[in-house]
Amino acid sequence: MIRAFGYNEFLFLLSAVQWTLMLSVIAFVGGGIVGLFVALGRTADVKPVRWLANGYIQIFQGTPLLMQLFLVFFGATVIGIDMSPWVAAAVGLTLNTSAFLGEIWRGCIQSVPRGQWEAASSLGLRYPGLMRYVILPQAVKVAVPPTVGYLVQVIKGTSLAAIIGFVELTRAGQIVNNATFQPFLVFSIVAAIYFALCWPLSLLSQRLEARYAAPSR
Amino acid sequence: METTSGQMSADVVIRMEGVQKWYDHFQVLKDIDLEVHRGERIVICGPSGSGKSTLIRCINQLERHQKGRITVNGVELGPHHRQLDTVRREVGMVFQSFNLFPHLTVLENCMLAPMKVRGTTKAEAKATAIRYLERVRIPEQADKYPGQLSGGQQQRVAIARSLCMNPKVMLFDEPTSALDPEMVKEVLDTMIGLAEDGMTMLCVTHEMGFAKSVAHRVIFMDRGEIVEQNTPEAFFTDPKSERTRSFLGQILAH
Ligand SMILES: Nc1ncnc2c1ncn2[C@@H]1O[C@H](COP(=O)(O)OP(=O)(O)OP(=O)(O)O)[C@@H](O)[C@H]1O
Ligand SMILES: [Mg+2]
Repeated sequence: MIRAFGYNEFLFLLSAVQWTLMLSVIAFVGGGIVGLFVALGRTADVKPVRWLANGYIQIFQGTPLLMQLFLVFFGATVIGIDMSPWVAAAVGLTLNTSAFLGEIWRGCIQSVPRGQWEAASSLGLRYPGLMRYVILPQAVKVAVPPTVGYLVQVIKGTSLAAIIGFVELTRAGQIVNNATFQPFLVFSIVAAIYFALCWPLSLLSQRLEARYAAPSR
Repeated sequence: METTSGQMSADVVIRMEGVQKWYDHFQVLKDIDLEVHRGERIVICGPSGSGKSTLIRCINQLERHQKGRITVNGVELGPHHRQLDTVRREVGMVFQSFNLFPHLTVLENCMLAPMKVRGTTKAEAKATAIRYLERVRIPEQADKYPGQLSGGQQQRVAIARSLCMNPKVMLFDEPTSALDPEMVKEVLDTMIGLAEDGMTMLCVTHEMGFAKSVAHRVIFMDRGEIVEQNTPEAFFTDPKSERTRSFLGQILAH
């Protein structure tokens, strides 16, 4: 039974956007929290901690996101956990995002001049206070533009969750296409929706970068 | 006066004994022995790369030494963190590049460590900060950010920030070297004021006028060693070593 692409199909696609957004938010928040620890590990004084954090980053940056999703999804089954595609996608994307954000933020932490660490520690601040009150507030300013920019990658990355069967925007597109057989039309619309989500963020990121790059306030 | 021997050791604020340090295979500090007494003001000079910064940075362990003993206020500096904290609370440091925290106002720069390290209340920290900002004569800049101040003002804030921790010793690493010439005096005056109040000071500087008028002792370092130390009068008029003479010849020629 072939249906024509109509208003209902379009609405179906639009409603799938909420899952794409939900997955993006979870990956971003979860990835942000884990990523902060990855970044701190990457800049730690203790060598083994640095190596560990670096290994983590290399693994997630050096393998395709799709393979990571497969490994989480099917790996869970192997060790006897019945994981829904939803949870698997959330876990996989969180881990992947944390590695990339961790690496971005490492650079931001290291961009804070050495003298700031020295001044803070010579005043008696220990690592937690030094990080919290001196280093991170300065690193955050540098981190905002690339972080917002990376959010675009996260949103696009969620489309891979379609392959393990989670119904977000891309998967919804496949479903509609299976019913309408109008792949060019359907996927053009899907792509346009992604673009509508991502483009404002790209613009924002560019704006922020220009603002922070401007010579002092 | 040479360090008056036989003084009670309670009077010794800093003691370095046989301190050695390497960067890989390069030895930066060779067997440094140094005693600093309470209220003593020492100027350290020497050619670039001779290890002056490294020496004073070992005192608050911004750099680790590999051999020998460093004792600050009776506390021996070891790998143990608690001791390092005790020492850093008692030792203030002023850097060539000021190193103020750019995201905090002048006042907040001065209040941060007392509140987070000493646990002082906000009101108390603020009162102390304002007192020291008045002392370095910039209370009116309290709500500005460091980036809005001149170099000389920033350096005076940095001195005030250190003083807010009520240190027993102040270390200065070329505090005026990054300043425009017209700002050097305001910072030196601040330091002279500190000296008059009896602060124990170790100061790496090439400001020989400052050394002559303020220091009890001038130390000359070269290639990781203390080559010569003496009262300013003796040091400048009658240097013992050839290396000191050639160094003085160079800097006084300017
Ligand atoms: N982190 C480091 N790694 C390797 N070598 C270093 C390091 N820091 C300093 N050095 C070397 O140690 C020597 C002493 O450095 P130090 O900064 O103590 O000299 P200084 O007397 O303060 O010189 P300056 O007058 O230029 O400040 C120099 O030769 C320098 O190149
Ligand atoms: Mg130096």
